[in-house]
Amino acid sequence: MAFRQTPSQTVGPYFAYGLTPQQYGYDFASIATPVVADETVSGQRIRIVGRVFDGAGAPVNDAMIEIWQADGQGRYAAPGGASNAAFRGFGRCGTGTDPQNRYFFDTVKPGAVGDGQAPHVAVTVFMRGLLTHAYTRIYFSDEAEANAGDPVLASVPAERRDTLIAKREEGDSGIVYRFDIHMQGERETVFFDV
Amino acid sequence: MSTSPRDWSSHPPYVYPDYKSTVLRGPTRPLIPLKHTLSERTGPVYGHDSLGALDNDLTRNGRRNGEPLGERIVVTGRVTDEAGRPVRNTLVEVWQANAAGRYVHKVDQHDAPLDPNFLGGGRCVTDDEGRYRFYSIKPGAYPWGNHHNAWRPNHIHFSLLGPSIATRLVTQMYFPGDPLLDLDPIFQGTPEAARSRLISKFSIDVTEPSFALGYVFDIVLRGASATPMEV
Ligand SMILES: [Fe+2]
Repeated sequence: MAFRQTPSQTVGPYFAYGLTPQQYGYDFASIATPVVADETVSGQRIRIVGRVFDGAGAPVNDAMIEIWQADGQGRYAAPGGASNAAFRGFGRCGTGTDPQNRYFFDTVKPGAVGDGQAPHVAVTVFMRGLLTHAYTRIYFSDEAEANAGDPVLASVPAERRDTLIAKREEGDSGIVYRFDIHMQGERETVFFDV
Repeated sequence: MSTSPRDWSSHPPYVYPDYKSTVLRGPTRPLIPLKHTLSERTGPVYGHDSLGALDNDLTRNGRRNGEPLGERIVVTGRVTDEAGRPVRNTLVEVWQANAAGRYVHKVDQHDAPLDPNFLGGGRCVTDDEGRYRFYSIKPGAYPWGNHHNAWRPNHIHFSLLGPSIATRLVTQMYFPGDPLLDLDPIFQGTPEAARSRLISKFSIDVTEPSFALGYVFDIVLRGASATPMEV
């Protein structure tokens, strides 16, 4: 009996009432939202925000972004990581509810996991026109020293590393990291074969 | 435990020009290999306690003033890894059009009726044998703008988490004997040898007498292949 992988198919344009219902205003509870950490979770509070661009430079209004991250002390809330019950570390946001087609996550800045990697967030990208999801990572612009020693960043051609680094901005509403995703083009984001 | 690689002979390519939106949206540069770290070996866990009482019954979770219209179905299957081992306690999310081929989604402008008693979204969690099960209404085919007279075959969208973010899968389940499958660039974008894995099987054993037609859709996630992959 052969057990071969079930093929991936696109999430399509109509995922919202199934996967991100609360964000889009449907009467169905979401299992994950753009709020990854509320005020009860300790750590440096940050917002990650960005847009997804297609190969013509147009913002994509029907993408869904998922993030998976460690907490402020570098712990994943999962078997295999030291458990942190108050923090699940998983978020979902579609790009269809913001007038500028931004996604955002309200979370805490992840700590280093302790295996030599710089603090980072794992990102999965889904959209109509993407038959198989794409994996990327978010690193942080104020972690230059840690980034310089990160083995995954080191495996990326130097001239493309910048596509993985979210830019820190400090505004009235707190710390914001900006991370745009370019599906194609000169600034095409680095996607990993995870 | 590390996860076996994505089997690119099973998954569609990023750019498949017959499916027009892939042309500007699929990454064009080679993927960078990433040796799995703790970040890729872990992932969120949603067990039975994350489900609402009617989440696995789409014939009931959208009711306002009556029953949804259409052919009742029950869909079940096993979620396993590539060694045939059950993937237990993993979240399966589904969404679909109603019997007329219309999605509740606000941007769906297809001129077919909405059903006031059908949402089309649901979820369930696999049991100790990796089995999931939900009730629904058979979704209708719907037109889309990819090319002249383009129609999507009947399908249900599936989203699975699996044990880590590396096992994440979003796919679509189709129905046996659908004449639109041969004409659908999303289905056809799948490598030919792998396409049949996306088509559910009708089962009289799963069918519930006087109630619902049964379909079986088994799902294989990436995972610790016991033997080297053969073609
Ligand atoms: Fe669909």
